[in-house]
Amino acid sequence: MHEIDYTDMELLRFTTAGSVDDGKSTLIGRLLYDSKSILEDQYEAVRLSSERRGEKEVNLALLTDGLKAEREQGITIDVAYRYFSTPKRKFIIADTPGHIQYTRNMVTGASTANVALILVDARQGVLEQTRRHSIIASLLQIPHMVVCVNKMDLVDYNEETYESIRHDFENFASKLDVHDISFIPISALRGDNVVSRSKSMDWYQGPTLMYYLENVHIASDHNFIDCRFPVQYVVRPNTDEFHDYRGYSGRVSGGIFRKGDRVLLLPSGFTSTISKIDTFDGEVDEAFPPMSATLLLENDIDISRGDMIVRENNIPQITQDIEAMVCWFNERPLQLNGKYALRHTTQEMRCVIKEIRYKLDINTLHRNLEDKHIVMNDIARIVLRTTKPIFADPYRKNRITGSLILIDEGTNETVGAGMII
Amino acid sequence: MNYHLNHLKELESESIFVIREVASQFENPVILFSGGKDSILLTYLAQKAFYPARIPCPLLHIDTGHNFPETMEYRDRLVKRLGVKLVVGSVQEAIDKGRAVEEKGYNASRNALQTQVLLDTLEAGKYDAAMGGGRRDEEKARAKERFFSHRDEFGQWDPKNQRPELWNLFNSRKHIGEHFRVFPISNWTELDVWQYLLMEKVELPSLYFSHQRECFVRDGVIYADSDYIRKRPEEKVERMQVRFRTIGDMTCTGASYSDANTLEKIVAEVAASRVTERGTRADDKRSETAMEDRKKQGYF
Repeated sequence: MHEIDYTDMELLRFTTAGSVDDGKSTLIGRLLYDSKSILEDQYEAVRLSSERRGEKEVNLALLTDGLKAEREQGITIDVAYRYFSTPKRKFIIADTPGHIQYTRNMVTGASTANVALILVDARQGVLEQTRRHSIIASLLQIPHMVVCVNKMDLVDYNEETYESIRHDFENFASKLDVHDISFIPISALRGDNVVSRSKSMDWYQGPTLMYYLENVHIASDHNFIDCRFPVQYVVRPNTDEFHDYRGYSGRVSGGIFRKGDRVLLLPSGFTSTISKIDTFDGEVDEAFPPMSATLLLENDIDISRGDMIVRENNIPQITQDIEAMVCWFNERPLQLNGKYALRHTTQEMRCVIKEIRYKLDINTLHRNLEDKHIVMNDIARIVLRTTKPIFADPYRKNRITGSLILIDEGTNETVGAGMII
Repeated sequence: MNYHLNHLKELESESIFVIREVASQFENPVILFSGGKDSILLTYLAQKAFYPARIPCPLLHIDTGHNFPETMEYRDRLVKRLGVKLVVGSVQEAIDKGRAVEEKGYNASRNALQTQVLLDTLEAGKYDAAMGGGRRDEEKARAKERFFSHRDEFGQWDPKNQRPELWNLFNSRKHIGEHFRVFPISNWTELDVWQYLLMEKVELPSLYFSHQRECFVRDGVIYADSDYIRKRPEEKVERMQVRFRTIGDMTCTGASYSDANTLEKIVAEVAASRVTERGTRADDKRSETAMEDRKKQGYF
C-alpha cells in the first residue's frame, strides 16, 4: 500500500437531484461503494432493512434516506449529506429530491456546490425534471455541470442515442447561464464509466465520472479579484499580554488581502492599512477565500460586526434597494409590502417587499408577468428595500456577498433565499 | 503562489466561521464537552476561533457518573489550560433528586438519562445555544441535521420541519424558552477528524491509543470491565490489547482490538477499517432509528 498525502487533498461539493427511478441512488451507492465508503455494518444494516421490507435486492437508497418518514414512504424529503473520498479529493454530496415540490431542497443543496451532477435516463432523454434541476443549478451559479446520460446498458450502449441527448441538452443549455458543461455516458448499475472505463462504449473517449470529479478545476471557483471581508467578530483579549489587541475576525469572501494593503471600511468610509493578519497558527502574509482570519489595522477605528473591509478602488454596491431572484420556502405566500427580517453576510436588518416583477417558470424559463402569487417552491424576481444599507455584489460575481435570506418575524422561519442581481 | 486550502484547512475554516457566528448571534452559548475526540476537536477549533482571546463560553459536561477516569483527568487538565469555566450536569444528582430513574438489568445504561439532565442544565444556566461535536457522517439521522438546529421549548428536534440552510447564512432567531444546538463540525468525517488531530498534533486521552485492559465480550461488543456494568455469570473478563474509537460512558462504549499506539497508526487503521465507529456503540443498536428517536427528545 502506498502512502497517501492527505494534506494535499481538495474539498469538492456537488449536488444531485432526482426522483425514485432515475438511478440516482444507484449512482451514489456505486460511488460510495467503489470508493470503499460504505462500511460493512452500514451495508449489513441496509441489507437487513431491505430484507424486512420484502425487497429482492439491497436498496442503497436506504443509506441516504435517514428519517423514519422517509424510510416509511420510500422517498427523500430533505437534503442528505453524504461523504466519500479518494486519494485526490474529499467529496461532499448534497443529495436532494428532484420533484417540483422539493425545489427549495434543491436550491439549498445547490447553494454551496462546486459541481451539479445532472442525471438523464438514456431511454427518456431530457425531461422536465432534468431541465428544472439544470435551471436551478444555473440560477444558483454552480460553476460546473456534468450531465450523466445513465442507463446506457438499456439502449445497447448506442452512440447515436447519447449524441442526440447531448444535442438536445446543449440546445436547451444555451439559454442558461452555465459556462462549463461536460457529458458522460454511464451505466450506474453496471458500473460503466462511473469509476472504471466502459468496455462497451469504445466510441466515448472522455473521462469517467470519478476521473471528472477528481480533476475538474475548482481552484478558481472563488472570487480572488474583489476584496471583501465582512467583519464577523471583534477579538479583544483584554489580557496583559495582548493589552491593546483589537482584531477583526471573519472569513474572506472575495479577493486576496495582504499585510500592508490600504483598505476602506464600510459603512464609515475611513481608510487604514492592514498591520497584521493573524491566526492561531501564527501571522500570515495573505488571506484569501475561504480562509478564516483576523485582520489588525494600523489606525484605531471603531469597527463592529456587519461592517465590511474592502479595497479603496474596488467597492461593492452600497444600497438599500435590492433587485433579487428569490426562491420561496414557506407555506405562507410571499407578501407584497410585507416586512421580513433579512440576513446578508454578517448583517441582520429588516426589509419590505416593494415589488414582485415576475414569476419564473422553472421548467421553461418563461417569465410570467401576470401571476404574482408566490407560493412555496416558486422562484420570482422581486424588489426590496432594507432599513439600512447593505454592501453587496451581484450574485453572479460573488455567491457570498450576493446572497441573502428572508426570515418571517412572527414564526422565525427562513422563508426565502435571494440572489442579488 | 497557489491560493488553495487543503480539505482539512477548508473544514477548519468553515467550523471556525460557524463557532464565531454562535458567539455573535447568541447571548449565552456553551460547548458540550464529553471528552470524546469530536468534542476535543470542537474545543480546539473554538480556541482557534477566538485566539488570542479565551474561549468566551463555558464547557458543559453531562456527567453520567460512569466515566472513564482517563476522560475526567483529561477534561480537568484541558479546562485549566484554556482558562474556561466548566459546568457539570450530573446524572447521579438527578437520580438522587428523583428527576431520573436508573435503568435496571444487564444492559442498564445512563445514556438515555443524559437527555433530561442536559435539558435541565441548559435551562438552569439559561444557555441559548449548545455547540456539539455531532457529525453528519456518523449516523443517518445526523446526515439531515443543520449546522444551526432549532429546538422547541421542550428541547425537541422536529426533523420534518427544519429551517432551510443556505450558503453561510445562519438563522438563529427563536422564541423565549427555545434554544439551538449547533454542530460546527457537521461536514467532518471520522477520518478527517483523525487526520486533522494528527496534522495539528492535538493531545488526546490515552483511551484512544492501544493499551492493555480488563475486558469482556457481550453481543460482539468488547466492554471495559467496571463496577458500572453487571456481568452475566458466563461473561469472562480477560486482558486484551484494545483501544476506543469513540468514547461515551463506560456502559455503552465498546473497544476494538488494536495495536495502534500513535496517531499515525490510528489514521492508517481508520482508513482501512471496514466498520463504522458507531458499530461499537451499544446505544445505537437498540433500534433502527435509535438515534433519530433520541434526538427528537433532545439528545445531543
